[in-house]
Amino acid sequence: MHVPDGFIDAPVSAAAGLAAAGAVAASLRGARRELDDRTAPLAGLVAAFIFAVQMLNFPVAAGTSGHLLGGALAAILVGPWTGVLCIAVVLLMQGVLFADGGLTALGVNITVMGVVTVLVAYGLFRGLVKVLPRSRRSVTVASFVASLVSVPAAAAAFTALYAIGGTTDVPVTKVLTAMVGVHVLIGLGEAVITTATVGAVVAVRPDLVYGARGLSAPLKLRVGGKLVDAVPVPAPAVPAARSTRTVWIAGLATALVLAGFVSFYASASPDGLEKVAADQGIDRRAQEHAAADSPFADYGVSGLTDARLSGGLAGTLGVGATVVAGTAVFWAVRRRREDARTRQDAATRADGRTQENV
Amino acid sequence: MGAGHAHRLYRHGHSPVHRMPPHCKLAAVLGFVVVVVSTPREAVWAFAAYAVLLGAVATAARVPPGFLLRRLVIEVPFVAFAFLMPFVVPGEQTRLLGVSVSVPGLWGAWNVLAKGTLGVAASVLLAATTDLRALLLGLQRLRLPPLLVQIASFMIRYGDVITDEMRRMSIARRSRGFEARGVRHWGVLAKTAGALFIRSYERGERVHLAMVSRGYAGSMPLIEEAPASRAQWSSAAALPLTALAICLLGWTL
Repeated sequence: MHVPDGFIDAPVSAAAGLAAAGAVAASLRGARRELDDRTAPLAGLVAAFIFAVQMLNFPVAAGTSGHLLGGALAAILVGPWTGVLCIAVVLLMQGVLFADGGLTALGVNITVMGVVTVLVAYGLFRGLVKVLPRSRRSVTVASFVASLVSVPAAAAAFTALYAIGGTTDVPVTKVLTAMVGVHVLIGLGEAVITTATVGAVVAVRPDLVYGARGLSAPLKLRVGGKLVDAVPVPAPAVPAARSTRTVWIAGLATALVLAGFVSFYASASPDGLEKVAADQGIDRRAQEHAAADSPFADYGVSGLTDARLSGGLAGTLGVGATVVAGTAVFWAVRRRREDARTRQDAATRADGRTQENV
Repeated sequence: MGAGHAHRLYRHGHSPVHRMPPHCKLAAVLGFVVVVVSTPREAVWAFAAYAVLLGAVATAARVPPGFLLRRLVIEVPFVAFAFLMPFVVPGEQTRLLGVSVSVPGLWGAWNVLAKGTLGVAASVLLAATTDLRALLLGLQRLRLPPLLVQIASFMIRYGDVITDEMRRMSIARRSRGFEARGVRHWGVLAKTAGALFIRSYERGERVHLAMVSRGYAGSMPLIEEAPASRAQWSSAAALPLTALAICLLGWTL
């Protein structure tokens, strides 16, 4: 999905470059707040990890294989600021060193693949984790949904940029249909892999997963046969604690807007095809076939605002309903799971940590 | 860190292009690509002239054409997209090799192919003549935030280490009879990715401690101070300025 030079015209590329520069500057500040002077080595190593994991091939079926894009994974594992930073650095190095993605399109690439992916993924993830009960299962669910949505969201963002500054006037609905359609499939793979990877890390080092920081159960001591709370250690500056509420509201809002907006457009295509079939069906078919040289000759899709609007509305309602239903279900079974979780967490924390030489 | 400190695209050499300061080269390539992107697509001859310019640079840098052409395959996905354009773009139709295609689609495909190829070729030339450290130094001199340059340098420095770690895990998997064949094996691969993340992160922590113990206080010492002379700047500017002249001609003609 690396956009080459000449795909998006110069003004829009420049605007996307400015947006990307702003996002990277904000991330630099945010990451420094999270990691202070550990930023350089840690973000660098995580960027190297993203770079390496993009080379890990996941075989799909005979012959074909896919790989991780890593935006959602980075956001969940190391947090949004560091995540944007890592993806941006990976894209920069891919552009400069490996000629992968055009230099003028660097802003577009960072905006689409770094900023949009990470923001959507992390917003959704945070919102879901906040809404769902505090358990490892909800981290799994949240990372699945977040990475599933983030990939088509990036595709939609690319299409938006293409609609403004594309150098060819391919009908926007057609680009969007193709992009989002393909990327829903890619997103499905991304979601499965990301979820499994996050699960693997949570199982071994839950303290490393930025998105699961709220999960750790308070330390209990057994004093005289009774469990009592240990002396509360002042939490080592969890930056999210300050603004969790705003963050999860923002995430949920993103989800709703996204569902509304994306399906607003995505639904245009099937409806469009139906409409075209209806419009050009019986009366015009004979004439069309006589006139047209190729099946592609008359392939324009037009109008359909009401169909899209209803699609967007349905998407918004869908997210709302899913969140409500999911919350209800998880609320109902929360009690039973809580005990099991505490035990599990204690067991994993007892796991040894391997040390290697630098 | 035993791996060579050069990347796959770099070709060692002592040509004038190799010796040019990295920030001059970066600025020249960026300027060139911007000019190429803003050239009107109807000026077909201008793109031919750009290709000749790049060919001249490649000759000066002693980069063989085969090397350059092999690296261009990175473009293939978008080439496929470009080949679809004449069929999906609506508009005036024309016949080409007995197939009906649209004229704006053909122009669009040409536009993406020409500009994309020139952009990739320019980047490949830059990467082929500049080694890693020089490239990072160049980025820093072009006023990229130092922290970003540090992150990039750590990524590059440890990229090989992490990739090697991944390769060793792959060998370990295969030596135990594992072969990833389909979706059913994603779990194992995802666990690999998870383990790789933990190793990378912990290595990052250790690297940080090692740096702190050697006096790191948030910024790296600048060892090399090599400002570019006026002559170097002007020789680097030759490429984008010639391209700009061609571009202006393309707009006026």
